[in-house]
Amino acid sequence: MATPIAAVWNWIDERMPTLGEEYRKHMSEYYAPKNFNFWYYFGAMSMLVLVIQIASGIFLTMNYKPDAALAFGSVEYIMRDVPGGWIIRYIHSTGASMFFIVVYLHMFRALLYGSYKKPRELVWIFGVIIYLCLMAEAFFGYLLPWGQMSYWGAQVIVNLFSSVPFIGPDLSVLIRGDYVVSDATLNRFFALHVIAVPLVLIGLVAAHILALHDVGSNNPDGIEIKKNKDANGRPLDGIPFHPYYTVKDAAGAVIFLAVFSAILFFVPEMGGYFLEYNNFIPADPLKTPPHIAPVWYFTPYYSILRAVPPLFNSQFPGVMAMGLATMILFLLPWLDRDPVKSIRYRGGYFKTALAIFVVTFLILGYLGTEPTNVWGQFGAWMGNADRATVAARVFTVLYFAFFILMPWYTALDKSKPVPDRVTM
Amino acid sequence: MSQQEKVDKARRNLVVATSVAGGLASVGAAVPFAASWMPSERAKAAGAPVEADISRLAPGEMQVVEWRGKPVWILRRTKEMLEGIKKSDPMVSDPKSDVPQQPEYAKNEFRSIKEEYVVLEGVCTHLGCSPQIKTVEARAEMGESWEGGFYCPCHGSKFDLAGRVYKGSPAPINLPVPPYTFVSDGTILIGDDKKGA
Repeated sequence: MATPIAAVWNWIDERMPTLGEEYRKHMSEYYAPKNFNFWYYFGAMSMLVLVIQIASGIFLTMNYKPDAALAFGSVEYIMRDVPGGWIIRYIHSTGASMFFIVVYLHMFRALLYGSYKKPRELVWIFGVIIYLCLMAEAFFGYLLPWGQMSYWGAQVIVNLFSSVPFIGPDLSVLIRGDYVVSDATLNRFFALHVIAVPLVLIGLVAAHILALHDVGSNNPDGIEIKKNKDANGRPLDGIPFHPYYTVKDAAGAVIFLAVFSAILFFVPEMGGYFLEYNNFIPADPLKTPPHIAPVWYFTPYYSILRAVPPLFNSQFPGVMAMGLATMILFLLPWLDRDPVKSIRYRGGYFKTALAIFVVTFLILGYLGTEPTNVWGQFGAWMGNADRATVAARVFTVLYFAFFILMPWYTALDKSKPVPDRVTM
Repeated sequence: MSQQEKVDKARRNLVVATSVAGGLASVGAAVPFAASWMPSERAKAAGAPVEADISRLAPGEMQVVEWRGKPVWILRRTKEMLEGIKKSDPMVSDPKSDVPQQPEYAKNEFRSIKEEYVVLEGVCTHLGCSPQIKTVEARAEMGESWEGGFYCPCHGSKFDLAGRVYKGSPAPINLPVPPYTFVSDGTILIGDDKKGA
C-alpha cells in the first residue's frame, strides 16, 4: 500500500500526467552543466525579484490611488499610516533597482560566455524583449507616486515620441491622452504598470525559459554538454536542475535577500539613486526641478540621448540613437562571427572590446546622473564645450563601435582551442 | 502530399474567407479601445484662454501663469535686457525667428507685441522641461558672454530673453510664443488673439 502522499500523487497523475511530465522535463530531469559558476545565479535571482515585485505591488495597489489629485498623498499615506506600508513601498521601489542590477549582471554573463550564440539566439531575443518590457514597466511605475521626478521624467520620455517625424505630436498626445502629462496619463500608466506589462512579462519569462530548456543551458566553458552523453542519453557533464541547482540557487537567494534587506533597512533610497529626492515633492507642472535625471538604470541611454546634437531643427537623431542603442542588442548573435563562445577561450580583441564596452556603459551611466556641466567647460579652443558632453559623445561612439565593429574584430580574433569536456 | 490532394477547395476557401472576415472584425473591435487613448472631451475643453494681470509687474520681473496645463511666462524686459537680446543675435540659431514658433505679430526683433513684454510658453522645445531664467547676474555659472536668458536644467539648452535658442543647444527651435493679446494696458489674454474675445 502506498503512503497517503504517493496515493494522492498517483490519483493526480492518472488524471493529469502532464504535471509530472513537465516537472521532470524542467526540474528533476533537466540536465544543466555541472560547472555553473557565480555568474549563473542571476537568472533564478531575477525570477525571485519578479515574484517580490508582483507580491509587493499587489499590496501597494490596495492603498494607492491612481488620481493626480490623490496619488502623491496616497503614497505618503502608505509610507506613514498604513501598518507595514513603509517597508512594502520600499521593497517595491528598491526591488525595481535590484531587478535591473540582477538583469544587467545576467546579461553581462551572456556576453562573457557567449550565451547568445547559436543555438540560443531565441533565448537571447526573448531576453532582450524582457529587458525592454522591464524598462517600460519601470517607466510607467515611476510616474505613479506623482512626484516632481515622476512628472518631469514622464514629460521628457513622452516628448521623445513627439520628435518622430510627421506623426510625432499626435503620437505623444495619444500616449498622454491629454496635451500635457495629466490625470489621464497617470491613470493609464497605472493600468499598464499593474496589469498589461506584468502579464506580458510573465509570458515572456515563460518563453525565455522554455526556449532555454529546449536547447539546454550554456556554461562557463561554452561547450555543448549534449555532445557527450552516457548510455542512458544523459549528458556526462550535466546534473539534474533539481535538486542540485535549486539548492545552489536557494543559497544564492539567501545572500541576495540579506543584501536586499540591508539596503531596505539602512539605505532604501540609496542616496537618491534608487528614489530621487525630488520625488518627495508633489508634481508641479509649472516648475521643473533644477536638476533632473532618470533613475540610474536608464542613465547610459539618457547620456546617449543628450550627447547627440540636433540635426535639421529636430531632436529626432538623439532619440533614434537612444532607440538604436537598445535595439542593436537584438543583432548580437549575428554580429559575433567567432564560433568560440566562452571568454575563457576567446582572443585578445574580444576581451579588449568587452572591457572597453563595460567601462563605456558605466561611464555613460555615471554621466547620465549628472548635469552636463559636471566637469566644467573646455577652453575657447573647443568652443567652450561642456567637458562631460564631449566625453559622452566619445563614449557614445565607443558604445556603438562595440557592436558595429564586432563582425570584424571577432572574425580576426585568435581563439584558443576549446576542450571537449567542461572544466571545473 | 496525398493529404493535400484531398483538400476540399470550397471548404478551404470558406475557412479563409471566415478568417479574413474575423480578422477585419477584430480590427474594427479594436477601434474604440484605441480611440479611448485620445484626449477626452473634458481634456479638450480645458484649453480655454486665461487672463493675466500684469499691471504690477516691475521691469525685470517675470510672472508665470498656467495655460493648457503649461507654464506661460510674462517677462517685463528692461532696456539692458533688450540690448542683451540684440547682442545675442550672432549666438542664436534662428535670429530672425523664421521657424514659425510665434504668431505673425510676434515675428519681430524682440518676438513680442510690445517690446517691453515678452510672452513665452515656458516649455523647452527639446523634451518639454521648463527652463529657468538666468539674468546677467548668473554669468559666473553661464559664462562671460551670457547676456541673460533661460537655461533648461534637463539637457542644458540655452535661450535668450526673447526665447531664441542658442547654437549648440539640444533644443532645435525657439521657445513658442502663444497667441495673446493686450485686453488693456495692464491685462494680457493668453490663448486668444481676437480683441474682445
